[in-house]
Amino acid sequence: MNPKRKRRLYMVVFLFVAISGTTAALMVALEQNINMFYPPNEIVGGQAPRAVQIRAGGMVREGSVVRSDNSLAVRFTLTDHQGADFVVHYEGILPDLFREGQGILVQGKLQQDGSFQANEVLAKHDENYMPPELMDLAHEGDKSGGPAGEAIPGSGYGPKSGTEI
Amino acid sequence: MFAAGTFSNRSSNRSSNRSPDGSPAGRGLMLPELGQFSLILAGCLAMAGAALGLLGHRFVFGGLSPATVQQGVSSVVLGQFAFSLLAFVALVTGFLQDDFSVDYIAGHSNSLLPWYYKISATWGGHEGSFLLWILTMTLWMVAVVLRRVNYPVSLYNKVMGILCLLNLGFLAFALLTSNPFVRLVPFTPAEGADLNPLLQDFGLIVHPPMLYAGYIGLAVPFAFAVAAMLEDRVDSTWARWSRPWSNAAWAFLTLGITLGSWWAYYELGWGGWWFWDPSENASFMPWLAATALIHSLAVTEKRGTFKSWTLLLAIAGFSLSLLGGFIIRSGVLTSVHAFAVDPQRGVFILIFLAVVVGSALTLYAIRAGGHRAYVGFALFSREFFMLINNVILVVALAVVLWGTLAPIGYQLADQHISIGPPFFDAFFVPLMLVLALALGLVPWLNWKRTPWPRLRASLVRTVPGVLIAGVLVVYVIAPDRLVVAAALILSLWIVLSHGLNFYQRYRAGSWPPLAYWGMTLAHLGFAVTISGVAVTATQSIEEDVRMAPGEQVQLGKATVNFTGVREVQGPNYVAQQGVFIVSSADGSTFILRPEKRRYLAGGNIMTEAGIQAGLLADTYISMGEALNQGAWAVRLHYKPLVRWVWLGAVLMALGAGLAIFDPRYRRLRQRQTKDSPRAVHSSATTHPPRAGKGQAV
Repeated sequence: MNPKRKRRLYMVVFLFVAISGTTAALMVALEQNINMFYPPNEIVGGQAPRAVQIRAGGMVREGSVVRSDNSLAVRFTLTDHQGADFVVHYEGILPDLFREGQGILVQGKLQQDGSFQANEVLAKHDENYMPPELMDLAHEGDKSGGPAGEAIPGSGYGPKSGTEI
Repeated sequence: MFAAGTFSNRSSNRSSNRSPDGSPAGRGLMLPELGQFSLILAGCLAMAGAALGLLGHRFVFGGLSPATVQQGVSSVVLGQFAFSLLAFVALVTGFLQDDFSVDYIAGHSNSLLPWYYKISATWGGHEGSFLLWILTMTLWMVAVVLRRVNYPVSLYNKVMGILCLLNLGFLAFALLTSNPFVRLVPFTPAEGADLNPLLQDFGLIVHPPMLYAGYIGLAVPFAFAVAAMLEDRVDSTWARWSRPWSNAAWAFLTLGITLGSWWAYYELGWGGWWFWDPSENASFMPWLAATALIHSLAVTEKRGTFKSWTLLLAIAGFSLSLLGGFIIRSGVLTSVHAFAVDPQRGVFILIFLAVVVGSALTLYAIRAGGHRAYVGFALFSREFFMLINNVILVVALAVVLWGTLAPIGYQLADQHISIGPPFFDAFFVPLMLVLALALGLVPWLNWKRTPWPRLRASLVRTVPGVLIAGVLVVYVIAPDRLVVAAALILSLWIVLSHGLNFYQRYRAGSWPPLAYWGMTLAHLGFAVTISGVAVTATQSIEEDVRMAPGEQVQLGKATVNFTGVREVQGPNYVAQQGVFIVSSADGSTFILRPEKRRYLAGGNIMTEAGIQAGLLADTYISMGEALNQGAWAVRLHYKPLVRWVWLGAVLMALGAGLAIFDPRYRRLRQRQTKDSPRAVHSSATTHPPRAGKGQAV
C-alpha cells in the first residue's frame, strides 16, 4: 500500500471510530438524561412511570396552594380542568410567575401514592408565553369555559396584554 | 406584503399629552412609513448589489470591467447601510416619541419607561431586533468595503455579491414576516404594553448588539469561503484574508455570549450563569464552530493544508448562526428567549437556511475536492494539535446540536421531552479537560515537527511546578471531586507553560508580534474560564431558606442578618426591598438590598438580586415570595470564582481582538500592490488607511 493510501485508510478508520463512539455515547447519555413530559390525565391514569425523573404540567388549581409555616415546603394541585388532578409537593422557592390558575411545568418523580415530588418548578417567563407542552391543554381549557385566570393566546403573537385597544 | 392602509394619511386624533412635541405637524413626518420605505429601498439595492457583484462582469451591459463592478457594488453597499440606518433611526425615534400607533412600539414600550430603555426596547422584541440584525449586517459590509484594497477585485466583487444576497434574504424576511413599522390604525392605543421587565436592564442594552455582531460577522468568512470556491482560489492567501474577519466575529460572539450569561446570572434571580437553554445553545454552536475555524484557518494560512476542512467550518459557522435564529424565532423549542414566536417566521428561516446551506454545500461538493494537499506532520506539531482542537470542538458541537435538536425530533413523534444539564456536562467535562491538557504544550510546538530537546526543556521547567502547585491546590481547597483538581491543575499548566514561553521570547530580545500576544491572552483566558467553571460549579454554597425579619442564617463562614423589608418607588415599578447585613469571615460587613419589583404597566413581578461582587467570590441574595408572618423565601448563594467564568471569556475576546491588529494583515496592502497589477486600480478609489478601524464597529 502506498503511503498516501495508508494515511487515507488511517484517517477513515479514525473518523469511523470517533463518529461511532460519539454517537454511542450520545445515545447512552440521552437515554439517561431525557425527561419525558406527561399531561395530568396520564399522571392520574397511571401511564406515567413512577420513581423516574419526568416532567409533568397543568394548571394550578385555584385555592390549592398550601405553604408550611416553618419551612419552604409547599403543596398544590395541578389540573387539566377535565377531571384529572394530582398533588405536587415541593420545597424551595417558586418562580415569580407562579400563580394560581396558571399553567406551569414541574420536574421530579411520581410517588407511590400518586402525588408528585418536584425538584424543579418552571413557570412561563413571559405573560404571553406558553410552554409548547401546555399548548394543547390551554386550548382545551378555553373551550370548556376554562379557568378564571388570564386568557392564553394560542398563537403567541406579540405581547399585547395591557394594551387598551 | 404590507397593508395599503399603512400608507394612508393618518389623521392625528390622539390625545398628545405624552408626546414631546405634541403637534400634529410632528406626526406629519410619518417616520414609520419613511422607515418602511427605506427598508424597501435597501432591499432593492441589495438585489442590485447581488446581481452586480455575482453577474456584473458577465451579463450586465454585456459585461462590465471588474473595476467598474467594484465601484458599483461598493456604492450600493453604502446605500444599503444608509437606508438601514435611516429605518433604524426612524424606529428609535418612534420609541422615544411614544408613537403607540405603531404596533411594535405599542407592544414593547410604555410612556413611563426611562428614555434609555426606550432606546434599547427597539431591539427588545422580534421585529426590532431583526432590524438591528440588518443594520449590523450592513455595518459588516461597510467594513469589508473599507478594506477592499486588500483583496483582488474579482474576489471582492463576489464577496460583496454574496453578502448582498444574504442581506436581501434578511430584508425580505423583515418586510414579509416581521415588519416593525406596521400601524395600529384606526384604533391607536393610548398606552403601550411595556417592555418585558426582564429586558429593562443594562445587560439587554449591550447583549443583543454584541451577539448579533458575532452571529452576522460569521457571514463574512462564509462569503469569503464561497467566493474563494467560485474563484477557485482556495489557498493560503484566502486564509489570510479570512482570518481577521473570523477573529473579529468570534470576539464579538464571545463577548455577546458572555454578556448574556452575566445578564442571566443577575437578572433571572436563580443564581446560575449557564442553563443549557436552547437559546444559549443556539449561540454556543456557532461559537464552537467559529473557534474551530479560527484555529483551522491558521493551519491553512501557514501550511496550506486543512483547506477543505476550513471551508466546511466557515460554511458551518454561519449556517449555525442561521439555525440559532431559527431555533429562537420559530418557537419550536421552549426557551427563555422565545417571547414572541410565529411558525410562519420559522418556515421562512428554515427555507432560507436550506437555500444557503444547500447551495454552499453543493458548491463545496463540486469544488472542494481539488483542494486536497498532503503535507506531512509529526505527532508533536502545531498541525496535529490544531487537529486535536478541531476534533474536540466538533465533537462538542455535535453534542450540543444533538441535545438541542433531539426534543424537536421527539415532538414530531408527539412526545415532549427535555434534556437537562447532566447530558451536556457528561460530555463537556471530559472534552474540555483533554483540550486543556493539549493546550499546555501548544506554545512550545513548531509547525511540522518539534525537536524533542525543545519539548523536554519546556516540560522539565513546567511540570514540576505544576505538580507542586497541584498538590497545594488539592490540599488547600480540598475539592471533593477529582475533576475539579484536574481542571485547576491543567489551568495552572496552561498559565505556566504560556508564561514561560512568553518570558523566554522576551528574554531572547524579540518583541513578540501582536498575533502571539493575542494567542497567549486567549489561551490564558481559557484557563481562567475553566478554573472559574470548575470551582463555582462545585464549591458554591446555596441555601434556600425561610427568613423572618430579625432572623440570622449562616452561609458558609458568613452570617446573614435579615433586618426587614421596605417599599421603594422606581420610575415604572414599585419594589419590596429586603435589607440584609452580611458579616463575612474576614471581618468585613456589607449590606445587600435585593428587590421584588412589580412593574406598573403589565403588573409583572420581577426579582432583582442583591450581589456583592468580588474577584474571589460573590455573595448573592435574591428574594422569593412573601410568606406569612412577614417572612420571606430567600435564596442565599456564596459563589467563589464565578467572575472568572466571564473574565476568562473577556480575555479570550481581547486576545482575538489583538490578533486582528497584527501588522501582518496590514502589510497585505503593499504586498498586493506589488504582486497583482489589478489591485493598483482599486487603490485609486480607496479610503486612506483608517480602513483597519472598520472592524471596531
